[in-house]
Amino acid sequence: MPDVVISAATQVLAHVPSLARHGSKPRRELAKHPEVAEKFTASLRTFDQAAAYPPHQAWIGNIHPRQLPARPWMANSGEPQRRGRFGEVMPEEEFFGLLAAVDDFELFALSPEAAKAGAATLAAHPLAKAFDLDRIEKAAGDIEAIAGEAKALRLAEGAVMRCAQSDDESLAAHVLIDNLAAKATATLALLHLLDRSGIDPKSVDYVIGCGEEAIGDRYQRGGGNLGKAVAEAAGLTDASGADVKNFCAAFVPALVVASSLVSAGVFNRVAIISGGSLAKLGMKFQGHLAKDLPVMEDVLGGTATLVEADDGKSPRVRLDVVGRHKVSAGGSAAEVMKALAVEPLSRHGIAMTDIDDFATELHNPEITEPQGSGNVPERNYRTIAALSAAKGDIEKADIAAFVTQRGMPGYAPTQGHLASALCYTPHALDRLTTGDARKVMLLAKGSLFLGRMCQLSDGMSVLLERNGGG
Amino acid sequence: MLQGKKVIAVGERDGISGPAIAACAKAAGADVVFVATECFV
Amino acid sequence: MDLQSQEAILKASQTHDKADLLVLLGSPDPESATIAAETVVEGDPSYAGALAGAQLGLLTYHVLEEEVHADIPDDVWEAQIGVMADVLEADALAETVAGFRNRS
Repeated sequence: MPDVVISAATQVLAHVPSLARHGSKPRRELAKHPEVAEKFTASLRTFDQAAAYPPHQAWIGNIHPRQLPARPWMANSGEPQRRGRFGEVMPEEEFFGLLAAVDDFELFALSPEAAKAGAATLAAHPLAKAFDLDRIEKAAGDIEAIAGEAKALRLAEGAVMRCAQSDDESLAAHVLIDNLAAKATATLALLHLLDRSGIDPKSVDYVIGCGEEAIGDRYQRGGGNLGKAVAEAAGLTDASGADVKNFCAAFVPALVVASSLVSAGVFNRVAIISGGSLAKLGMKFQGHLAKDLPVMEDVLGGTATLVEADDGKSPRVRLDVVGRHKVSAGGSAAEVMKALAVEPLSRHGIAMTDIDDFATELHNPEITEPQGSGNVPERNYRTIAALSAAKGDIEKADIAAFVTQRGMPGYAPTQGHLASALCYTPHALDRLTTGDARKVMLLAKGSLFLGRMCQLSDGMSVLLERNGGG
Repeated sequence: MLQGKKVIAVGERDGISGPAIAACAKAAGADVVFVATECFV
Repeated sequence: MDLQSQEAILKASQTHDKADLLVLLGSPDPESATIAAETVVEGDPSYAGALAGAQLGLLTYHVLEEEVHADIPDDVWEAQIGVMADVLEADALAETVAGFRNRS
C-alpha cells in the first residue's frame, strides 16, 4: 500500500474570557446562583496571563510538554508569547472580529466599537489577506436593540448572537455560537497551516472535520460538515469535505480515513480540522473558584493537519498499525488500552519500548484536579505501562520510568477531541523529523455512552514513524 | 456476598466502566438492575 | 452524579427491598469515589439531582475491594478489571468507600 505522511500540523488558541460564562456548566450554574457570577467574572484571566500560561505555550509549540516547568503552572508562568511554532494565542477582541468574518448568515452582531477594534486588529494580523474584513464592519449594529430580539443571546458588552429560527432548538443562539466558534478556530488553524506549509490552497482536495460540535437544524440535528464550511472560509476552492464523528476519539479515525483516501489514490491532499468546544468552557469552574484559582477553561482550541503521499521526509502514517476497540472487547480501561496500545504493536512484533512517545488523553491536570477528576494523562500512561509490564516488555519496577520517558504531562484544554491525542500531532512531527524519535503512537478515546445510544466507549490508535525507517 | 443481590453498577470511564462492573457482578451471581458509566472530561 | 443515574437509583430503591440492593462503584480515585458513595448513601452533595438529601443508606462497595474481588471468578476479573487493579489505588479506594458503609 503506497505510503502516506503527515506533512504539516498547526494548532491555535483563542482566549475568550467573555465567552467562558456561556459554557454549558456556567450557563446552568450561574443562573441558579447569581452571587457566584461576580466571583466567576473577577477570576477571569487577562490575555497576558493566558498567553504566558505554560500549557498554552506547549499547545502552540514554544515548548515540548516534557519541558513544562514544575507545577503549579499558574505560578510558574514565563513571559506571554502570542506566537508559537505551531500557531498562536489570539486575543478576544481580535477573535470577535474573526467570528464576524466567518459568519455567512449575519447572526453574530458586534457593537460599532467592537467591530472597529476587531477589523483593525485583524487587518494588522500577519494573515490579514485571508480574512474577510468587510464582513466585520457589516456585523456592526445597535447591540442593545439586537440583544432585545427574541431568543438572542448577549455574549459580551459588545457582542450578541441571534438565533436563526426562534422555534428550532437546533438553531438556538447558544448552539450557533458554539458552532461558529468551532468554525472560526478551525479556520484560523487551517490558515496557519497553509501559510507555514506554503502549499497552493487549490492543491487540497478534501477537508475532514473531527470536532464534536453539532451543526444542523431541527430535521437534521447532526448534519455536520464543518469540514467543507472551513474549506470555504480558508479559500480552498478545489476542496470538498465531510466530518467524522466519534466523540473525543474522532481525530484518529479521521486521520486513518484521510490517509486511506490518499493511499488509495482517491485524493492527493487531505486536511483534517477541528475547532474548540465552547460548551466545555468553564466546565470545572466550581473546583477552580473553590481553590482560589482563576477560571482556567477560558480558551478555545483549533487544529489543522495535512495528509499527503510520501514526500520522502515527513513522518509516515502506518496504516498497517491501527488499533481499534471492537464491540466485543471488554469495557474496562485496561481492555480499551490493550486493544489500542498492545494489540496493534504486538501484531507486528513491535515492543512497547520501541515507542518513543505515546500520545493519549492529554487533559491539563491543573484544570481537572481541583474538581476531583484526577490526572487523566497519568492514569492513561500508568495503564499502558502496567500492560507493558504484564506483557513482559518492562519490569513492574520500571513502570514509573516508562510513564516519564514515554508519556508526558497533560497540557490540553478540556475540550474532548483536542485533548485526545490530536494536540500532540505537531509535536510528533517535530520529534519524528528534527527530534530523535523513531516511533510515536497516537491513541484517542471517546465516551459514546454519553449520547445514550450504547453503553460503550470507543478508541482508535495509529502509529507514526520517522520517514526512511522507524 | 454478591449472590442474589440486586446490583446498581456505577462505573467511571477513567476507572472501571459500568459494563465491566456489571459483568463481574453477574458472574458472581447477582442480578444487575442498573448500569451507568460516568465521564468527567 | 449524572442526574439520570440518580433518578434510576432512586427508582430502584423504591422498587426493590433495601436488603437486596447493593451499589458497586468503579471510581478511579478517592475524590470521585467520595462523591459517588456520598450520593447513594447520604444524598447528592451538589444538591443537583433526585438524590439531593435522599439519605438512601444503600450498601455500597468499590469493585476493587477485597471482599468483592473474592466473589468474582478469576477469568472474569482478569478480563474485566485486569491491570486496573494495579493502576488504580485499590487500598485508598477501598478505605474511602468502606468509610461510608460504617456510617450508614
